[in-house]
Amino acid sequence: MRGGALAGSPSTNALVALWRSEAVRALRRSKVAAVAAIVLVLAVGAAAFASWVAPYDPYDLRSLDLANALVPPAWLDGGRTTYWLGTDDQGRDLWSAILYGARISLAVGIASVALAVAIGVALGLVAGYAGGRVDALIMRVADVQLSFPAILIALLIDGVARAALPQAAQSHAALAVLVVSIAAANWVQYARSVRSSTLVEKRREYVQAARVIGIRPMTIMRRHLLPNVLGPVVVLATINVATAIITEATLSFLGVGVPVTEPSLGSLIRIGNDFLFSGEWWITIFPGTALVVLVLAINLVGDALRDALDPRAR
Amino acid sequence: MLIAVAFIAFALFNFTGDPVVFMVGQDATQAEKDQLRHDLGLDRPFVVQFARFVGRAVQGDFGRSLRQGRSVAELLKERLPATVELAVVAAVLALVVGIPLGIYTALHRDSPLAHAVMAASLVGVSLPTFLIGIVLILVFAVRLKWLPSFGRGETVAIGWWTTGLLTASGRKALILPAITLSLFQMTLVMRLVRAEMIDVLKSDFIRFARARGLTERAIHFRHALRNTLVPVITITGLQLGAIIAFAIITETVFQWPGMGLLFIQAVNFADVPVMAAYLCLIALVFVAINLVVDLLYYAVDPRLRVDRTATAST
Repeated sequence: MRGGALAGSPSTNALVALWRSEAVRALRRSKVAAVAAIVLVLAVGAAAFASWVAPYDPYDLRSLDLANALVPPAWLDGGRTTYWLGTDDQGRDLWSAILYGARISLAVGIASVALAVAIGVALGLVAGYAGGRVDALIMRVADVQLSFPAILIALLIDGVARAALPQAAQSHAALAVLVVSIAAANWVQYARSVRSSTLVEKRREYVQAARVIGIRPMTIMRRHLLPNVLGPVVVLATINVATAIITEATLSFLGVGVPVTEPSLGSLIRIGNDFLFSGEWWITIFPGTALVVLVLAINLVGDALRDALDPRAR
Repeated sequence: MLIAVAFIAFALFNFTGDPVVFMVGQDATQAEKDQLRHDLGLDRPFVVQFARFVGRAVQGDFGRSLRQGRSVAELLKERLPATVELAVVAAVLALVVGIPLGIYTALHRDSPLAHAVMAASLVGVSLPTFLIGIVLILVFAVRLKWLPSFGRGETVAIGWWTTGLLTASGRKALILPAITLSLFQMTLVMRLVRAEMIDVLKSDFIRFARARGLTERAIHFRHALRNTLVPVITITGLQLGAIIAFAIITETVFQWPGMGLLFIQAVNFADVPVMAAYLCLIALVFVAINLVVDLLYYAVDPRLRVDRTATAST
């Protein structure tokens, strides 16, 4: 184990570099994972630079024309080459909408995982280091929450928060509310992981030494324990981005997630669902495919990373 | 734990905006609003309202739905059979398909079919529930027109319980939602059975059984499978809760008139009593399931009885 006192930025950087090379080696070993990684990089790139990649701006209301509504994909009868995946009910180019939607889905997924990690790591550290009543209280809450499916909790928090906010603020705050509710539903697993590693680490000599020379508990937790308990959390978080994206899509599909004015992949599917019976299947199927490809790619890359980085899984 | 959930349910909803605003028209006078507020008991102090809530909830009285004006208990009672039927059929389906697939992939680990099943299960995990439902609707209801895509079909009333299992249209309507709901659990059961089976087959008593000259068949089914099923029962029991949560999504996709759909509608209309009652009911179900699973474990695995007393005395 690395000494906690040394775990400043140089050794963290070295750690990251080591992990990167391990990760790259894992991807080289498995063809499936390599393909998934390439798909993932392309998808994230296309989503991140949506405003350059996409032929139209789906948020620009002036470019929308109802005459262009419900155009089928280019290779079908009535399709136009200008909209190669067709358009939705408001004449939005579906390809552009998917790119912008993927950006929102990814942003919400990553932000909510980051927030969940922050909450979980902080509470797990405190619970593990402080022990006693604080520990009992935090883990009690965690146990109760863990017995309910995360999606139910996210749905609940999201629904309540939206109802509690004034009407006018709702569409502005919707994304933030969504991120918070997904994060609040998922912090427990990070807290448990960090708590158990903290329980082990706090008995080690470097922590004892730090306590003896009178360093405050907050500093010990932040500077000495944190770098040494973060490893498993990083792997867990990678895979959970996929879960968070699915949760976001599901909530948006149920109508409690992203507002329709800024469609994510989930809300695009929701829009398309209304047109399923009139034959306009593409509005649902293309965003759905995009969602599945994105999630599958993250899962495959995450699995490969876990195999490479987690010695127990080898 | 139940009281905690009841309190959270009640307390949260107390701050979720003013239901009176939703109920009266835009031009209602303040006096009319006050009158309604008084009629609903919303002008009482918080503690009084909560005490009344718990007192009545114990007797199964959750007040009236703010939106529909009907008794919440009656609404839930009406919707309960639909959800229970869907959840039970889905759970049975997941077991009936998942266990044999798990056994097969464990016994024939390197056969092409086993690889195909494992790959399919990975895709299955990456597919969000609502997308599975939509694709099924598109293929079997819109394209092939074989199966209905919404509602329960005709139902038969047995006392207050309504069942769709006794009519042809009811059974037909159940097929797609049940498959949608069970698919995720199916992959879970399959992977679990496979992992457990592979583990058990490596153990000493299996090698001993081989040494005794038992047939492969007897070894696999009488010895290995029996030891595999203990954890499977536990996980499936715990997953029943997840099935009920995911039923919210499935019911929304298929417009299935169960409790999940009721809950989503309640969330969208800030219908506090319905949301609170649903939450309490779900909490009750979870507590009951946990208890039953613990008892089952106790009954199935005799070692636990010894362990329990041993750990209790230390």
